[in-house]
Amino acid sequence: MASKIVVGYDGSGSAKRAVDFAVGTAKAQGKTLVIAHVLEWSPYSFLTPMELEERHKRRNEELQRAETAVLNPLMQDLADSGVEITTALKYGHIAETLVRIARDEEASQVVIGRTGYSALEARLFGSVAGSLAQASPVPVTIVP
Amino acid sequence: MTSIAKTAGLAVTASLCSAAPALAQSIDERVNQIFASSTGWFVNFIFSPFPGTSFPWIVMWLVVAATVFSIYFGFVQFRTFGHALRLVRGDYSDPDDAGEVSHFQALATALSGTVGLGNIAGVAVAVGIGGPGATFWMILAGLLGMASKFTECTLGVKYRNEYADGHVSGGPMYYMTKGFAERGLPGGKILAVMFSIFCILGSLGGGNMFQANQAHAQITNVVGDYPGWITGLVFAGIVFAVIVGGLQSIAKVTEKIVPFMGVLYVVTAVVILLLNYDRIGWAFGQIFEGAFTGLGVAGGMVGALIQGFKRAAFSNEAGVGSAAIAHSAVRTKEPITEGFVSLLEPFIDTVVICTMTALVIVITGQLMTDPETGLYMVTEGGMIQTVDGNSGVALTSAAFSASFGWFRYILALAVILFAFSTMISWSYYGLKAWTYLFGEGETKELVFKVIFCIFVVIGAAASLGPVIDFSDAAIFAMAVVNIFALYFLMPIVKGELTSYLERLHSGKIKKYT
Repeated sequence: MASKIVVGYDGSGSAKRAVDFAVGTAKAQGKTLVIAHVLEWSPYSFLTPMELEERHKRRNEELQRAETAVLNPLMQDLADSGVEITTALKYGHIAETLVRIARDEEASQVVIGRTGYSALEARLFGSVAGSLAQASPVPVTIVP
Repeated sequence: MTSIAKTAGLAVTASLCSAAPALAQSIDERVNQIFASSTGWFVNFIFSPFPGTSFPWIVMWLVVAATVFSIYFGFVQFRTFGHALRLVRGDYSDPDDAGEVSHFQALATALSGTVGLGNIAGVAVAVGIGGPGATFWMILAGLLGMASKFTECTLGVKYRNEYADGHVSGGPMYYMTKGFAERGLPGGKILAVMFSIFCILGSLGGGNMFQANQAHAQITNVVGDYPGWITGLVFAGIVFAVIVGGLQSIAKVTEKIVPFMGVLYVVTAVVILLLNYDRIGWAFGQIFEGAFTGLGVAGGMVGALIQGFKRAAFSNEAGVGSAAIAHSAVRTKEPITEGFVSLLEPFIDTVVICTMTALVIVITGQLMTDPETGLYMVTEGGMIQTVDGNSGVALTSAAFSASFGWFRYILALAVILFAFSTMISWSYYGLKAWTYLFGEGETKELVFKVIFCIFVVIGAAASLGPVIDFSDAAIFAMAVVNIFALYFLMPIVKGELTSYLERLHSGKIKKYT
C-alpha cells in the first residue's frame, strides 16, 4: 500500500502552491494525497443562547460551504493530475487537527503553505507552521 | 408673529426645564406605585409562611427538593465532581464532533445567565438582612442545589426537541410533556403550560426588571442620582437592538467580556481577603455563629437561614428549570453527561462567587455591631445598619471600594455587563416559553420581545423593594411546577445514572485523549 501525504488546504494562494508541490511529490514517489481542510474551532469559546440553539444547523451549513466553495473546485482542478486523492474536512485547532489527521491516515509526511504572519502576529497567535513543526509525528514541508 | 412664537417657545422651554426633574421623579413614583399594588397578591402567595411561623413554604420546598435529590442520587454532586471537570475539559468528547456545542460552551452560557446580580446585589441583600450567618445557609443551599440542577439538566437534554433543520429546543416544558407521557402519567401538558407562564413572568421579573433596577442603582452610585426611566430607555434600546434587530455582535462582545469580569471579580475578592488575612478567622467565626444564633438579626437563626436559602436559590436557579433550557443544546450521546457538567454551575455561582461577595462584605466591616453586646444593630425595617447606610449592590460596592477605591468603577461596569448578559439569557428563556405556548412565528416572537423591552424601563424606574419581591416570586413559581415534575421523573434520571456509571467504571466509556 502506498503511503500518504497530508496537505493542508484553506483556499489561499500559498495553500494552492503547497497542493501543487504535494501533487508533484506524490507523483514522483507513487504516493496518494489527503487534502485536509480544517475549520478553526475552539470548544472553549463563548456563545449566546441563540447561537447554542443553532450551532448544529450552522455547523452543517459551514461544512456544506467548505465542501462546495473550497474542496470541490480544487478536486475538479486536480481531476486529471494522475494522483489518487481523498479529502478530510474537520473542525478544530488547525495544527493539532492536521497532526491528528496525519496520525489517523498513517501519512508519511505533511505539507502546508506558509501563511506569512508578521512577527507580531506570530508571537500573539502562534503560527500554524511553527506549531505543526513542533508537534507533527512525521516530517513537515512548508511551501512558501 | 415669529417673535410671539419665539417668546412663547422660550417660556415653554423654561417652564419645562424647571418642571422636568419633578416630573421625572413622579414618573418613577407612579410606576413604582402601580407596580407594587398590582403584584402584591402574587408575592404574598408565594412567600406566605407556614401557619404560625415566619418560614416561607417556598424556601422549604426548594431545600427539601435539593435534599431529596442529593440523597436519592447518593450525593452525586460529590461523587462525580471530578468526572464533571474532565467532561468540561473535553476528555470524553469525540473529536469528530468538534464544531458542535461543547460541554464547556453550554456551561459557560448557562453560567452567564445565572452569574449576575444575584451574586453581587442579592448576596448583599441576604447578608444585609440575615447577617453573616446567611452565608452558611447559602453555601449549604448551593451544595444541595447541585443535585437539583443535575436532575433538571439531564432531563432537559434527554427530552429536547431536535428539528429537521438541526436547531434544538429543550427545557422543562419538553420533559414535562414527553417524560410524563413516557411514564404513562397524566397532566404533563398542564404542568408545561403552567411552567411556561411562570417562566415568562420570571424572565420579565428576575431576568429583566431586577437586572435593570440594580444596573441603574449601580450607575447612580457612580455618577450621581437621576431618574431611573432614562437608564431604562437606554438599556431597552440596546436589548431591543440585540433581540429584535439581531445585532448578535453586541451580545457576542458581552458573552466574551462577562467571563473575564467574573474572574476579575473573584480575584479581586481574594486579594481583599488576603489583605485582611488577620480577620479571615473572625469572619468565618461570625458566619458560623450567625448561622445558628443569628447574632441579633431580624428573625434570629431562622431569619439568617431564610435569607441564605432564598438568595442561593435566586442566584443559582437550581430547581427553577431555567438552566435546563440553556444546557439542552449540547452535543452528546449521553444526556446525563450534561447533568454532571451542570452541577458545577451552582458550585461556581453560589459556593465560590456568592461566598466571595459575602466574605468581602463581612471582612471589611460594613455591617455595624453594637460594641457592648457584639450583636448586629438592626433598623426598624429589619435591615442591619451598614457603615454608609447602603443596601443591595451599593453595599457590595462599598465593601470592595473600602480596599480599592477604583473598584467601584470596575464593579459598575461588571454589574452593567452581568445585567445585560442575564437579560439576554432570560429573554431567550422567556421566548422559549412564549413560543411553547403560542407557537413559533415572527410576529408572535416580536410581541414578546417588545414586551420584554418595556419591562426593562419599568424595572429601572421602580424601587428595589417591589421589584425584588416580584422577581423572587415569579422565579420561585417556576420552581414550584418544575420540582413537582422532577419528583415524578427522577427515576428516569436514576436509570441513566446507574447505567452510565457502570459503563464508566467498567471502561466501556473511554476518554478520547
